Amino acid sequence: MEIKKTSLNKLHQDSQAKFVEFAGYEMPIQYSKGVIEEHKFTRSHAGIFDVSHMGQLFIYGNENLTSDLEKIFPLDLKNLQQNCSKYSFLMNEEAGIYDDLIITKLEDGYLIILNAACKEKDFEILSNILSKKYKMELSNDRALVAIQGPKAVEILNETINGVKNLSFMTGDWFDYNGQKLFVTRSGYTGEDGFEVSILNDLAEEFTKSLIKKGAELIGLGARDTLRLEAGLCLYGRDLDLNKTPVEANLKWAISKERLSNGGFVGSDKIINQIKEGAKQIRVGIKPEGRLIAREKTKIFNETELPIGEITSGTFGPSINGPIAMGYVDKEFSKIDTKILLEVRGKKHPANICKLPFYKKSYVKGVN
Amino acid sequence: MSEVKFSKEHEWIILEGDVATIGITQHATEMLGDIVFAELPEKGSNVEKDGTAGVVESTKAASDVYTPVSGEVVDINQSIVDDPAKINEDPEGTAWFFKLKMKDISELDSLMNKEEYDKFAKESSS
Repeated sequence: MEIKKTSLNKLHQDSQAKFVEFAGYEMPIQYSKGVIEEHKFTRSHAGIFDVSHMGQLFIYGNENLTSDLEKIFPLDLKNLQQNCSKYSFLMNEEAGIYDDLIITKLEDGYLIILNAACKEKDFEILSNILSKKYKMELSNDRALVAIQGPKAVEILNETINGVKNLSFMTGDWFDYNGQKLFVTRSGYTGEDGFEVSILNDLAEEFTKSLIKKGAELIGLGARDTLRLEAGLCLYGRDLDLNKTPVEANLKWAISKERLSNGGFVGSDKIINQIKEGAKQIRVGIKPEGRLIAREKTKIFNETELPIGEITSGTFGPSINGPIAMGYVDKEFSKIDTKILLEVRGKKHPANICKLPFYKKSYVKGVN
Repeated sequence: MSEVKFSKEHEWIILEGDVATIGITQHATEMLGDIVFAELPEKGSNVEKDGTAGVVESTKAASDVYTPVSGEVVDINQSIVDDPAKINEDPEGTAWFFKLKMKDISELDSLMNKEEYDKFAKESSS
């Protein structure tokens, strides 16, 4: 299959990007500054991320759609205000995770942001459950550009007046050069920031205007170190069909109202796991010293019995040390539990630690 | 001091008496990206030509470091273990990896000179 390119591909090339194939797309892994500088720039200024490979699924409908989506997502969508967003999951009957996503209530339906590698399958699953009752569009004509970091609000508000009034996890339509943009205050870096859904034809010019105001393009490499420092899950590593939201320690994303009555795909398993406790649970892990323990690294307890596996591990530039997440047996999941990580045939000491590694600075209220 | 030689695994080596100093090339660091971890062989251990003699890790991946010649490890550069970013800053100078007392100096013969290596690096990265 031919590799797909986003509408910002030329801009990436002109900006000396190194490319990798990701979910069938040619995506920038880093630019000339490198992962660490790009990471730190995002934390101190503002980074621009091309996330156009992600799925933007619009589903149009009224109250019936809301009821039908409540049979799928563990959310209290009836009481969700228009233009408010929630983090959620698409699950199977066993509460295994097909994808993690952000869903936003619109005036005439919902917008769901899906992972690039999952979006086609998600579309199929959702169309089947909704049995084609609603108009569904997996957008091909829109780019998705994220701007993240402490300067993001100031820079973006100069280009799109009014975005500074959005609070975290809300969105709205804005005008830009006579076209409509959908902007949400959200992101996946642990920083304040926005994601902008914009027509492909306008994406390059729009992104250049952000660069002119001092933001810089950031590759997928730094996106990964940023999200891991923020304790956020990457689908395919930290989440998959063999893990449930309870095991992934994402119970907070399941609406309490929905737990009492269930009635969503996977609810029996979720309710049962919350009552009984999951066998394994996702935790933060800090290796001692500088050792990096990557995905699939085996985890042992102090008496060298296997207790789990790392799902994401890298070097955290803002922590200036190695960080990881993984799943361990519940009894070893307490903060400060001493564990061992097997890297290149040797067992190295590490500790279970609190997530996130890097403290968030999301804007909760309106400025 | 002999001329600097290069291996296909992107190590450089320079001989002084019978002690060779070994590190990774500028080209290697450019391919790896930001290096955040380095592991070196133990002082006093013996390493074999083309065998692994260490590890470097970037934010993205781990890579083995090979030794282009055999010998006994007589010194290691602890400063790059303590601060791996030094490898990106000066890979072919102060950020050397280890020193070997060579067993067989003729092992250097099969390695590339600077001109040959530059050509090889250019071809292998394109």
